[in-house]
Amino acid sequence: MRAAAAALAFSMRRLAQALLVMLAILVIAFAVRSALGDPLREIVGEAVPEAEREALRHQLGLDAPWPVQLARYLAGAAHGDLGTSLIYKRPTLDVVLAKFPASFELVLGASLIVLLLSVPAGIYCAVRPRALPARLILGLSVLGISVPVFLTGIFLITIFSVWLGWLPAFGRGETIRIGFWETGLLTPDGLKHLILPALTLSSILLPLFIRLVRGAMLDELDHDYVRTARAKGASPPRVWFAHALRNALIPLVAVGGLQVGTLIAYTLLTETVFQWPGMGFLFLEAVTRSDIPLITTYLVAVGFLFVVVNTLVDIASLALDPRISLEGAP
Amino acid sequence: MRGARVPSAARNARSFAFEHPGAVLAAILLVCIVVASALAPVIAPYDPFDLSSLDVLDAELPPWWRSGSDPRFLLGTDAQGRDLLSAILYGTRISLTVGVLAVLIQAVIGVSLGLFAGYRGGAIDSLVSRAADIQLSLSTLMMAIIALALFRAGLGGDALSRYAVPLLVVVIGLAEWPYFARTARAATQVEAAKDHVRAARALGLTGFGVVRRHILPNVLSPLIVVATTQVAGAIMNEAALSFLGLGMPVTKPSLGTLIRSGYDLIFAGAWWVTVIPGLVLVALLVSVNVLGDALRDALNPRARRR
Repeated sequence: MRAAAAALAFSMRRLAQALLVMLAILVIAFAVRSALGDPLREIVGEAVPEAEREALRHQLGLDAPWPVQLARYLAGAAHGDLGTSLIYKRPTLDVVLAKFPASFELVLGASLIVLLLSVPAGIYCAVRPRALPARLILGLSVLGISVPVFLTGIFLITIFSVWLGWLPAFGRGETIRIGFWETGLLTPDGLKHLILPALTLSSILLPLFIRLVRGAMLDELDHDYVRTARAKGASPPRVWFAHALRNALIPLVAVGGLQVGTLIAYTLLTETVFQWPGMGFLFLEAVTRSDIPLITTYLVAVGFLFVVVNTLVDIASLALDPRISLEGAP
Repeated sequence: MRGARVPSAARNARSFAFEHPGAVLAAILLVCIVVASALAPVIAPYDPFDLSSLDVLDAELPPWWRSGSDPRFLLGTDAQGRDLLSAILYGTRISLTVGVLAVLIQAVIGVSLGLFAGYRGGAIDSLVSRAADIQLSLSTLMMAIIALALFRAGLGGDALSRYAVPLLVVVIGLAEWPYFARTARAATQVEAAKDHVRAARALGLTGFGVVRRHILPNVLSPLIVVATTQVAGAIMNEAALSFLGLGMPVTKPSLGTLIRSGYDLIFAGAWWVTVIPGLVLVALLVSVNVLGDALRDALNPRARRR
């Protein structure tokens, strides 16, 4: 009972922390908006004369002191109103969220590739460290870490789209709309378009995860419980997967959580190379055209993602590892 | 000490070369790249910044091994008729400069904080460690993208082009100090407990003096390994930022900018304009990383078992 109560208290505290961080992100977004953008431009455009602008500014309360404006911004944010995009003339949050499925499906594809390849490869490198394939995998992973993600994309496009003509090089292809979610996973054309971007994004994560799985497995294989399992006569695959891997995954979840920011950056690069119409591509468009409300909304959305994943990872590590004790934690 | 033979430096180098043949190749490649880019003004056939010398009639010429190439342009030309070889030599120079300067900033911040935290311990130590954790959880590349994007959106693309080098150096340099700080802190804690440090303290040397004379020289080797991998990371981040159009401008291209500006030409069939600078970038990064791995092995033999 005490443990359950402690776990609940811990989760509540993490949730409170997450809310505080979100508030800080919103305040920063407000500061950026006030410093760089003119809210009046969002509403009336450039064509209105200066005197009329002043009147409007007063009428709309834009000349109010900044604490009032901040309160107004936060109240709007609580209702999902983060401003109006200058390019699209629509609420920024709608514009950003409409691009979310594209980014999500790209990350999903890449994660599947990483998961399916890094776990077996990492385990193999841990149990047969001297074998030639293991050395080859590790050698290639140095190469993989050394090739920037956008270059991998360019090389793949050059080979598979330009030279061989097998796969499309840009866009999402044919998509189907299910509710608000626009998916490319249900059409052959959409899947074909996903292959190169997903491979590109996974190429930078794969070496990292192979090394992580290998390191975590090496640590676990040294433990007494592994020796006990072997002594009991458990088959080697059972020892690797059922015993060692389960424990090796715990640090992986924590490190994986730490990589969200990097993952978002790599996704942005991949989207740029393949003109993949996701959130990152939208962000760069907003930057080139100085759409400040859209830029800040993207930052808030990315910050939200970051906070959610990190909170989930903290709570998940607690659930995964009964050894993490909350007794006496501050 | 009688009977124990201290291996000479030459002997050390020989055994290092024998155990890490890949590292020797990497070192040779790296030296070639660095020397060639340092001598760019002397050996480059053209000045890529001199826009008046460009002729659109020379645009998109292929490199020497393909038909239709021009002997004046060994690696071909880009969309403006700029000699690719010269652009790459100068571009590598910019990439290397930004990378090394950024790591210098990281090292100065990180090493001083790490030494301080490791030597003092207590509240300062936990403060520095906590700050390092937070800094690392915010991805460098993402923070750099955001900072430069806001700069560009606020002050415009022209301002970004003008201040690109100092901006990139600061943005990449400020974020990754924790790697140096952690390494310096851990090594300092080990070193500070040793007799020679305690003796120096007993003799009345000030804290600053102890750290400078007795600790810093002894913690340098792990820091050199960190510096090597960090240079590779900084060059890669610079290339990524320039590729996104948030770094070096087209008028003063780094390798990342060259890759970006050649990117549109892939579909027109002129793949070399982007692939050749790309390969140079990969060669540079691989050689630095391989060298870093080998140095880590050589300086920390215990880790080799793994």
